[in-house]
Amino acid sequence: MHELSIIAGLFDTLQEEARTHKAREITFVKLIVGKLSGVVPDLLESAFEAYKKGTIAERARLEIEEAPMKTRCRACGAEVRKEDFDIICAACGSKDLEILQGTELVLERIELESDEPESPGSP
Amino acid sequence: MKKKELIVLHDLLGTNKKIAATIRGELGGRGILAVNLMSSPGAGKTSLLERVAERLQATAKIAVIEGDIETERDAERIRAIGVPAWQITTGGACHLEAKMIGKILPGVDAGIDFLFIENVGNLVCPASYELGEHIRCVLLSTPEGDDKPKKYPKAFTTSDCLVLTKADLLPYLPFDVEKVKKEALGLNPRLKIFLTSAVTGLGVDDLIGYFRSARQELKDRHA
Repeated sequence: MHELSIIAGLFDTLQEEARTHKAREITFVKLIVGKLSGVVPDLLESAFEAYKKGTIAERARLEIEEAPMKTRCRACGAEVRKEDFDIICAACGSKDLEILQGTELVLERIELESDEPESPGSP
Repeated sequence: MKKKELIVLHDLLGTNKKIAATIRGELGGRGILAVNLMSSPGAGKTSLLERVAERLQATAKIAVIEGDIETERDAERIRAIGVPAWQITTGGACHLEAKMIGKILPGVDAGIDFLFIENVGNLVCPASYELGEHIRCVLLSTPEGDDKPKKYPKAFTTSDCLVLTKADLLPYLPFDVEKVKKEALGLNPRLKIFLTSAVTGLGVDDLIGYFRSARQELKDRHA
């Protein structure tokens, strides 16, 4: 259950983004969670809901996109979406696979509301 | 009121990864091999470390960082065999993070050869946090059952070596060593696998040999 530590880190980033862009409120947060990222989307969601109270993202809607595991075979070049975690190429049997996707845990984008227009070049 | 959409693309574990990379580089530059030991509680991390440390300290300088939710017990066990040990008590957190290691390191003798970090007992969460280790070991004890690799894939896919512990209990348990090896290698073909017992000492020298050659490779890389 390390989802709460991850959400705590997420809120540090959200505060920073809000400051940088002079936001009065963050209204939307989108995360990408790889199937092999080691975190559970449902638990992330609960942690987000518990954590957001009293913060700049209090009314924010959270969207989580789950990213499947995708691999490329270094021997035959086959790119596949994997439903299990076995590192073996279904096309040629090679075990030399590169993981293209599925381990990520990323804050992809946010939507915010600010009072003033962004002045170019401001920090 | 202005509405605005921002593409952020921020790695949520990025801060931990950065700290871990700094630690890995600093230790590597000093010729110190860092090993992160992960397993469920009671798999025998401390007992294995005791056997490794007892034998390894004759020819190498080592230090140990122990992670637990509460108590100094593990650090005390390691100190009892004459090896310096630091205890991190997380007070509830289910894993160690790189910044916790970073806080301990200034107090650790810079002239050591090996740093062993025993993670909090948990086969899930520690796998998501690099600590600056060069070698990640996952332990699986025979009483836990031979079906674990596929049930807890991340611990196995992110590790460099799998240490099967409590091999002395094999005669009493329906634990199929070959099945585990096959399943674990399916998840991670690069995994080095050791069958050990802290009671009989089986496999301990092989594991030490593996750590020694990993340290030599590390030194060659930094030479």
